[in-house]
Amino acid sequence: MMKDHARLMQAFSALGEIVGRKKLQKIIFIAKKHNYAFHEKYQFHFFGPYSEELTLRVEELCNMGFINEYNEKKSGYYQYRYEVTEEGQAFLDAQNEAVSEKLEPFLKNLNEQSSRFLELVSTLLYFDSLEGDSQIEKVKKVKAKQNYTDKELDEALTYIKQLNQLV
Amino acid sequence: MTMKYSNQKLQEEKVFKDPVHRYIHVRDQVIWDLIGTKEFQRLRRIRQLGTTYLTFHGAEHSRLNHSLGVYEIIRRIVDDVFANRPEWDESERLLSLCAALLHDLGHGPYSHSFEKVFDLDHEVFTQAIILGDTEVNQVLKRVSRSFPQKVSDVIAKTYDNNQIISLISSQIDADRMDYLQRDAYFTGVSYGHFDMERILRVLRPREDQVVIKSSGMHAVEDYIMSRYQMYWQVYFHPVTRSSEVILTKILHRAKELSEMNYEFAYEPMHFVSMFEGKVTLKDYLKLDESVIMYYFQMWEDEKDPILRDLCSRFINRNLFKYVEFDPSKEYKKLNKLEQLFSEADLDPEYYLVVDSSSDLPYDFYRPGEEEERVPIHLLMPSGELRELSRQSEIVDAISGKRRTDHKLYYPKDLLMDDSTHKETKEKILAILGVSEH
Repeated sequence: MMKDHARLMQAFSALGEIVGRKKLQKIIFIAKKHNYAFHEKYQFHFFGPYSEELTLRVEELCNMGFINEYNEKKSGYYQYRYEVTEEGQAFLDAQNEAVSEKLEPFLKNLNEQSSRFLELVSTLLYFDSLEGDSQIEKVKKVKAKQNYTDKELDEALTYIKQLNQLV
Repeated sequence: MTMKYSNQKLQEEKVFKDPVHRYIHVRDQVIWDLIGTKEFQRLRRIRQLGTTYLTFHGAEHSRLNHSLGVYEIIRRIVDDVFANRPEWDESERLLSLCAALLHDLGHGPYSHSFEKVFDLDHEVFTQAIILGDTEVNQVLKRVSRSFPQKVSDVIAKTYDNNQIISLISSQIDADRMDYLQRDAYFTGVSYGHFDMERILRVLRPREDQVVIKSSGMHAVEDYIMSRYQMYWQVYFHPVTRSSEVILTKILHRAKELSEMNYEFAYEPMHFVSMFEGKVTLKDYLKLDESVIMYYFQMWEDEKDPILRDLCSRFINRNLFKYVEFDPSKEYKKLNKLEQLFSEADLDPEYYLVVDSSSDLPYDFYRPGEEEERVPIHLLMPSGELRELSRQSEIVDAISGKRRTDHKLYYPKDLLMDDSTHKETKEKILAILGVSEH
């Protein structure tokens, strides 16, 4: 019952603090791509994989008082910061859901990366059915405005290989 | 010299009578040929609003009706509003029309429930139909070898021209403009109406998106309001959610039984590849609502009491009742209820269901936040772009609101049957706050 909400709470709890909705979106997408049991449906949006379901579920968790969302004004936009509340921790403790021991280090590793980098990694993973050069070409096309350098692309591909070993 | 297929026009314009747009006009040979393909015709056998007909009996319209409607809106935009504007690339016209017509091609019967239970994605099937060995692909390939991929990319929102994507898929797009009006018409509700003619007249193509001239702001306010009202009055109607809950549970049960090697009295051939997680395009295209209803009828006679009961409920519209549920205060109560349901021989996995607003495939208008969703932009007389909710107090008032909703569904008739587990059932009804009368 409410398993999808509980799984997201596990993620928030493992992450400690997470800064930015974009970062949250990409972290859950990357975890899902690595077969962690998140069921939020993703589509490609102008800025990479995005899940409306995830946005709604996070809103519900905020309304339930299970996570706190802090809103900070940055230059020209708002940035959001999330933390699990005491009530949220109590809800989590009451669940009987088993959690993979590997989930926490996996999510923490992602949380240490920049939002821009995760956007690139998640976009590469979104197009992972394309082979070799076609994958890179597609990412360069849809991410033309972000001007990712070849160095960043190499780093992202190396990082994806490292992630596979964390699963 | 023969004319290129992409430019070929029908000798006479074809028109379809349509209750929303009055007429749908087809002049392009490519569009006419696509409409005739078997994959497009399959959409006739899939209702646009899934189980909503169990609440609003008029909601029998199909995905085909809606797809033609989206095509017609795009046709009007590109032929009547954008034509000859310097920001519009005329060479993208046919691509826009094809993407509009085919944008829902991969939807299956009751696709929301199917996708949840069998971990499917209709967008993946849309791409598979467009790029695979299908009649649709044959038609698109006649335009050019790369054309099917382009159509698929626009629908998947991965095409390199964002302006075309935003015509078909954005916060004010042809898809939403058609379904709001069409769903309002067929459900018979008085919400969902707005002045689309006015909106179309004030749409302007810009480099990366389609924007609205600021003089059209009030028409857009009306569109946002109707989207908001349709969400709560139609799409998120608690009775429709009940039928959706039962449908989802039927599929869950059938899948679980298959995993337990249960012997179905009627071999569910159409479901086998889904149970095994290996759905091919050929299998998928064979599914439509008639096929699903056939199995539900057959399963009314199955030995398994849960499958039998759920199917009978769906067929005969004997739906679950509901109470409001506040997870923040009541999640402990839920644990207790689960225990009592088990004691009463009612499997809580199938007979006690929390349904949340996030389970629904519809959304509200959201202003851009950290650039995730491109907001609706108004084009001011100075040429500057301004986000809609910053200009409109009405939109600001409803787009900032975070209303979420949870309901707890249960079979009241089984709980009222006191021939077994009388005391336990009384306890359940008391916790649910349901009167026995």
